[in-house]
Amino acid sequence: MTGYLLRRLLSFFATLLSAAIVIFLVLEVLPGDPAAVTLGLNAAPEALAALRAEMGLDQPALLRFFSWIGGLITGDLGLSYTYRVPVTQLIGERMVVTLPLASMAILLASAIGIPLGALAAANHNRAGDAAVMVFAQAGLAIPNFWFGLLLVLVFAVGAGWLPAGGFPGWHAGFWPALKSLLLPAVALALPQAAILARVTRSAMLETMQEDYVRTARAKGVSRRRTMLRHVLRNALIPVVTVLGLQFSVLLAGAIIIENVFALPGLGRLVFQSIAQHDLIVVKDLVMLFSGLVVFINFAIELLYGLIDPRLRQAS
Amino acid sequence: MTTRRDLLAGAGLTALAIQLPLSAFAQAKDSVTIGMTLEPPTLDPTSGAAQAIREVVLQNIFEGLVAMDRTGKLVPALAESWTLAADNLTYTFKLRPNARFHDGTPFSSRDVKFSFERAVGPDSTNAQRWIFTPIESIEAPDPVRLIIKLKQPTANFVYGLSWGDAIVVSSATAANNKTNPIGTGPFKFARWNRGDRLELARNDEYWGAKPALAKAVFRFISDPQAQVAALRAGDIDVFTNLSAPEAIPQLKADPKLKVTLGKTEGETILAINNAKAPFSDVRVRQAISHVLDRKTIALGIYGFDLDYIGSHFSPLHPAYVDLTGTYPVDLAKAKSLLAAAGFPKGFECTLRLPPPAYARRGGEIVAALLAQIGITAKIEPLEFPQWLERVFKARDFDLTIISHTEPLDIANYARDDYYFQYRNPEFKALIEKIDRTVDEAERNKLYGDAQRMLARDAVNGFLFILPKITVTKADLDGMWTDWPLPLTPLAEVRWR
Repeated sequence: MTGYLLRRLLSFFATLLSAAIVIFLVLEVLPGDPAAVTLGLNAAPEALAALRAEMGLDQPALLRFFSWIGGLITGDLGLSYTYRVPVTQLIGERMVVTLPLASMAILLASAIGIPLGALAAANHNRAGDAAVMVFAQAGLAIPNFWFGLLLVLVFAVGAGWLPAGGFPGWHAGFWPALKSLLLPAVALALPQAAILARVTRSAMLETMQEDYVRTARAKGVSRRRTMLRHVLRNALIPVVTVLGLQFSVLLAGAIIIENVFALPGLGRLVFQSIAQHDLIVVKDLVMLFSGLVVFINFAIELLYGLIDPRLRQAS
Repeated sequence: MTTRRDLLAGAGLTALAIQLPLSAFAQAKDSVTIGMTLEPPTLDPTSGAAQAIREVVLQNIFEGLVAMDRTGKLVPALAESWTLAADNLTYTFKLRPNARFHDGTPFSSRDVKFSFERAVGPDSTNAQRWIFTPIESIEAPDPVRLIIKLKQPTANFVYGLSWGDAIVVSSATAANNKTNPIGTGPFKFARWNRGDRLELARNDEYWGAKPALAKAVFRFISDPQAQVAALRAGDIDVFTNLSAPEAIPQLKADPKLKVTLGKTEGETILAINNAKAPFSDVRVRQAISHVLDRKTIALGIYGFDLDYIGSHFSPLHPAYVDLTGTYPVDLAKAKSLLAAAGFPKGFECTLRLPPPAYARRGGEIVAALLAQIGITAKIEPLEFPQWLERVFKARDFDLTIISHTEPLDIANYARDDYYFQYRNPEFKALIEKIDRTVDEAERNKLYGDAQRMLARDAVNGFLFILPKITVTKADLDGMWTDWPLPLTPLAEVRWR
């Protein structure tokens, strides 16, 4: 067991290190001088040289790589080229937008998608099933930026109930802040809900063919109870896997949705720092996302064990 | 049956209903929310070229000795007045005696001396050193007097002092201006939620007239659709330069909004690599100029007419000469010029485009226009940092489209190594002469000669001036609608 954990941990760090090397190399060969981007078309050469020194760009690449890695380990992510504040502070400021947004989206998607999928499976080949499948098809086909714009048109421009975008900050109060996350969370959740509905439905249909389900029914357990206790519970494994995989899709979706709604989240930060050639922020963020994805996969495997005791014993 | 309680509740509700819009109205009276496309990276205009920095802080938080007004005229700011001695070298500035920094420190001539010396110091990242390099010495004999001696007569010296790069900062707080700016202006920095909004509050100790606004919020919305949605939903009161020209008819139809199309200093050009064959042949460049149908290009990008240019000069400047008729659209003439240069069938080249919509959309149209005379321009879209590196710095390009937004930047054509590499000793001599000509009328005449020289040599394809699309609520007054300098001064903004 310890040997297994140790191997897992080693591969965890090896993955992160190789990611770091690739990220650094890719950004290193990317043309464009961040100092020139900051100072613009008419910049004096002396000013450029001074800024390059200030940003540490005048040092050799190998040295910069090791100081970056050293910083990552000690939690010092460096100073943003554009904002000139610590990257940790920037990421912190953006986390308080993206984390609630992503959580709301996942909760909404699960709250809509899983029951709908279960409903469809329970009503297999009947009207309810068909309706859910139509919803799922539409949810997958509609691009979420378009759905976001539609929500803005209806609820912000038309009805005037919610802001069209932006984020007043949590200091402005819980309700105003939450209000500005509502529409983007719905826009993000829709395709996720559609996928979850489909996965839940097919996983449940598959489980319904299992012997233990037939046994349970034969023993006289009610159909409702069988569906909830035996079918849904066992079908949750593929659903949780998909939820985990969806996480990276959610991050990508957040980049688009955060731009549509002008939300100052991590996704928008990625977009902005690429446009502004704030390479240090790009490096740190890509690293952070890689770390998160690797970590989530790890967490999913732990969750399997919780859901299905058989898997716990096997390892 | 109506009970007493129902009646009371009804009365309460009515009172609330009356109060709500009233209080909302009273609140809207002295605060404004302004939409901008780009967020300033920092708040110190002396350490970065980003236009967004100046748009937010210049003339609001920070001030220079002089300022530019909405018509492009120089007006006094921290300097009440100034005189130039007969030697054409010595400027004496009389400063405001009652100006204070936002932290309470009184403003004095020593702050100006500190600011200008800091700008050319060894660690300075001030992008516009040219403003300060003519300075021989700065003296601060008393708090309200400042004497600046120049090395040689410099015509645009005072003009440069109105730029964001020449703001006056306090030695005690200058180092923190990037994130916590302390200036002398009518507004104070209040708070900044990076990525979303920045708030300013009225400076009640301001030396000049008190602004009508108590609070201003700048909101940063880069997506064009989101900009339009925010305007239509009433989330913002004004957008300084909308990125969605296609939404103009829709916004104009809204009686609550007011749309203004203004001029800027953004000369948009089809830049040509003058050092590279076949573009080094003036006939090739003239042929290109003869096919650039500006109206078609403008309609294709924006959907409406713009202010066109025939040389590198904005109609906002008094020295502007209309040279748009120099090369009328004439395909036969263009073809014969190309044939004379040895390319009767045309040639192939590349057109490298930076990301702004005017460049990407304009590039497609320009390529189609050039194809009419056999010039096949292969389009290569680039990200801005790559554009800066390859086109601007390495000068590795044939053609590109870009807007030069800095005011009065015609002197760039006198720089041999500037990316379009126009190398003309005659033009250089002319710019040097302009630099030394202190008399304004005489100088403007020379600027006219310079414009004609660039047009004659067809150095670049001169297209149009970037429009400034301002959308405001109908009852908001005082926003700048032209951009002689890209700024959003709020001192004169008020609700009607």
